[in-house]
Order: sequence, then structure tokens, then C-alpha cells
Amino acid sequence: MSATIDYLLHLADNAVVLGQRDAEWCGHGPILEEDLALANVSLDLIGQARLLYQRAAELKGDGTTEDQLAYFRDSQAFRNYTLLELPHHGALVGYAVADRDYATTIVRNFLYSALMVHVWDALQTSADSELAGIAAKSLKEATYHLHHSRDWLLRMGDGTDESHARAQAAVNHLLPYTEEFWTVSPAETAAVEAGVGVDVRTLRAAWDALVNDALAEATLTRPQVRGYVPQGKVGLHSEHLGFLLAEMQSLARAHPDGCW
Amino acid sequence: MYTQSFNVPDQAGQKTVAVTPSTENPELMARFDARIDADGRIEPQDWMPEAYRRTLVRQISQHAHSEIVGMLPEGNWISRAPSLKRKAILIAKVQDEGGHGLYLYSAAETLGTSRDQMLEGLHSGKAKYSSIFNYPTLNWADVGAIGWLVDGAAIMNQIPLCRCSYGPYSRAMVRVCKEESFHQRQGYEALLVMMKGTEAQREMVQDAVNRLWWKCLAMFGPPDADSPNSAQGMRWGIKRISNDDLRQKFVDATVPQAKVLGITLPDPDLKWNEERQHYDYGQIDWQEFWDTVEGNGPCNKERLATRVKAHNDGQWVRDAAQAYARKQQERAMKEAA
Repeated sequence: MSATIDYLLHLADNAVVLGQRDAEWCGHGPILEEDLALANVSLDLIGQARLLYQRAAELKGDGTTEDQLAYFRDSQAFRNYTLLELPHHGALVGYAVADRDYATTIVRNFLYSALMVHVWDALQTSADSELAGIAAKSLKEATYHLHHSRDWLLRMGDGTDESHARAQAAVNHLLPYTEEFWTVSPAETAAVEAGVGVDVRTLRAAWDALVNDALAEATLTRPQVRGYVPQGKVGLHSEHLGFLLAEMQSLARAHPDGCW
Repeated sequence: MYTQSFNVPDQAGQKTVAVTPSTENPELMARFDARIDADGRIEPQDWMPEAYRRTLVRQISQHAHSEIVGMLPEGNWISRAPSLKRKAILIAKVQDEGGHGLYLYSAAETLGTSRDQMLEGLHSGKAKYSSIFNYPTLNWADVGAIGWLVDGAAIMNQIPLCRCSYGPYSRAMVRVCKEESFHQRQGYEALLVMMKGTEAQREMVQDAVNRLWWKCLAMFGPPDADSPNSAQGMRWGIKRISNDDLRQKFVDATVPQAKVLGITLPDPDLKWNEERQHYDYGQIDWQEFWDTVEGNGPCNKERLATRVKAHNDGQWVRDAAQAYARKQQERAMKEAA
């Protein structure tokens, strides 16, 4: 049971953290149509997070709610990929100030949705039937997110000199974070053994094919990746998650007895 | 959301627009007038007097700008929404407002003005938008109160526009009004839940209502006696009900809702008038309204600068999309050759 809960939290934290990030564009998009599209992506992700937290809360069976899981856990307890908590700009410390960069947003959404279309597809046969149902719904959404981000990756990569340079910089910045996808956490191992989760390593070839194909079509180069492998999914995050959660959780924590 | 009465001229400092006598072709004018008199619709391909076209472009673009700028005060709370359910509701709501902006820009484009031209008007400060968005959202209850009061006021203004004489505008308003009604009920429900919570939450609700109430009354525009544009708007079927009548309707509808909610509307003069069968209410501060319309509200500069920044920062993205589309077209042509 606890293996399933830990695995659900990993999936839910991914969704809520990226949903929170993508919502930062609401009202600030590069064009009205994209403002609406990004809000849709964010809504899908927050919807996924809610279902996953609700299932985890149900399995805990101690009266825990989705909001306690989202709002009253500290950053060390979060199990999301580090990739998803990064701000929408290049490498800078958490308290640095920088403009949002749409290329970073699009490349991140592309790299993540290219993984999740495979993860959700596999989880449709999870031994946890609730998770299987959530996966079927989420697969449709991730397919749209992939479509949306891939289209923009092509426009940016094969658009102007500036957009090409920005897209390449975002790929160079973010691709190393995807190495975390292929390391296996204890929660994932236990979930795979229980028939609940998917062994992500089996998805790597399919992900590589999607990414290589899109980068080539976008006239972008896939950089050689080496160096530190992030460990967000075991709770060792970047400096950015603390700020993201401080903002997200502030009101709920200031009024722990409030009802909303 | 969000219209205020569109008697607000775009040029700062100018409170009325003179209605010039028509120099249009009398035969076409007579046909146009007959259509209006028969409560028919004017469509984009139909002949229309220039002043009608200008008034509509101004009104619809002000409305569209209000939707877009109106995303900002509520967007202020998306990242801090206190539950995932409320976060999802708020994102969807702000997204709806963006969608309204999109339909309205499209409706205005049918009159021969491009979205770029309209945005240029907004960004240069020439075009106006609803003054209510130039106030800050200072606590979470503002989100619910905007839904209840601001969207509630907007609906009063907008329902008559579903019967506006210009076809594309009236059709856009049908959908906008459905969504606004939903927002209003959602906002009211959010406040009802907060009122059942802690004392601090009830204080938030009262505080939000205190700050928003008078601004909402001003949203209906200047008193009828000071609205020289209204008569022409009524004649053209662009405006159906006067500012003061709409304001009264809003007050009458809102007072009982405030009672159910358990908050006090911040007006000592607010009381039922048996003779009029309406609520009387106090004096609106029109000086503050005009100051804010003319750029001197607490958030005018921030709101506008934020829109300008989003537009400028997005230039390279839009350029990329156009460059890519051009390349794709060239490739397709080469392949065809």
C-alpha cells in the first residue's frame, strides 16, 4: 500500500509543480491564443494532481485530504522531477530575478510530455484500477501537451535566428535534467514490483526517438549530457522548489483552519 | 467580465463625444435606420454610417481590453489559491476572460480594425478599459467578490448587449453572458464558504466588499444626465438600458444577496424606498472614477505596463511563428513545383 502511495505522490507532485509553473504565464502569454493554451495545460496538470492526491489520500485512509498533501508537505517531502520546478529561464539561483522565457517553458513541456505519453500509456494497465483510470484520462491530455509543445518547438527552432538561439539554449539548459527520468527511485521500484508502476527505463528508447525526431525537425542539436544527475524524485531538490512552495502554500498555511 | 458603460471617450480628459450630423448617403442611411427601427441586425457586409462603425469599434475594443487587463487582478492570486480546487476554478475563470477578449477582438475585426491596431491603442494609453481593474486585489476574498460583484455588474450591462444591433457583437455577448453568469455564481459560492469558516476569513470577505462596492456602482458609467452619448447609443440599438437604470437594477439585486451572505454593504444611505419600490443609495465619487479612467488610479501604470511587457516580450515568439509559417509555405510551393 505504501509503495502505491509513494508512487502516486511522485506522479501528483510532478503534475502540481508543473501546473503551478505553467500557470505563471496566465495573463502574460506572448499572444492571447497561447495564454489560453498554457492555461489549459496547467488546468489539465492540476486536474491530474487532484485525482492522484485524492487516490493517495484514500489509500492512506486516515482522513488526509488532497489539499493536505499539496499544501502541508515541505519541499523535502515532494517527489517531483527537478526539471519541473525550475523557473522559466536559464540557470540562475532561486532568488535571482530574470524575465520568463517562453522557449524554456515550451522545451520543458515538450521533454516532460514526451515522457508522460509513454508513462500514462503503460499505467493504463496498472494493478491499481483507480490509477489506470487516471492514466487513461491523462494520456489524452499529455498527447495534446506533446502536440502543442512540439509544434512550438518546431516554430522556434526553425523560425528566426533569435528563436532558434533561444530554443537551443533552453534545450542545452534543460536536457541534463531529464537524466533523472532514467534513475529509479525506491518508490518506483516498489511500485513496479507491486504491478502498480512502470519501469521508466523501458520507456527510454521511445522517448529518445520522439525527442531526436523533433529536435532534428526543429533544426536543433541534442547536446551531450554529463554531470550532476538531479534527484528531485527522492526529495533532493533544486533551490527553486522552496520558493515555488512558499508562494503556493502561503495562504493555506496562514489559515490552517480555514475552509475554502 | 467586464464592461463599464461605454460612454467613456478614449481620449483622456475628454468627457463627451459630440455627435456630428450625418453627411452619409441619405438612401443608404434610410435603409440602415429602417433596419434599426425594425430591431434587425447589422452584419459586417452591410452598409453602416461611419459614426456607428467608430462607436462600435471603440465600444467593442474597450470591452476586449477590459477582459484582457481584467485577467491581471485575479491572476494575482492564482499562484496562492488556498486549495487545488480553487486554483483550478480561478485559472479556468481567468482563462475564460482571455477567451472573451479573443471573441471581442474578432468581433471588432469584422468592422475593419485589426487586433494589432486595437492593441496599439491600449498600449499607447489612448484606448480605455474598465476602471475597476485599476484597483489592487489585496486578499483572497477579492477573487470571490470580483466574481460576485464585478461580474454581477458586468452581466447587468451585458445582457442587454445580447440584443445589440450589431450581429457579431450580439452573438459574442450571448456566450460571454453565459460564462459571466457562471462566474458570478461561482464567486458568490466561494464567499459563502468563506463566511462559514474562521473569523479571519469573514473579515477578508467584508474587507473585499468594502473596497469593491463603490467601484462596482461606478462601473455603470456616469449618471444619465451626464451621458450625452447614451441617446445616440440607444437610437442605434447599441445601448438598450440607461446607466442609472442598470445601476439601480444591480443595487436592487445585490442587497438581498449581501444579507444572505451576512456582510454589510458600505453605504449608510442604502435603504429601501417604499414609494419608489427600489433601494436608495449614497453618492458615488465621480471625481475618483474620472481620475482612475484618466490614468491616475492606484494600479493604472502597473496594469498597462504589464500588458505592454507581455506583448513586447512575446514579439520574438510571434516572429518565430510567422517565419516558420513562411518557410513551410515556401517548402510546400517548391514541392508542388
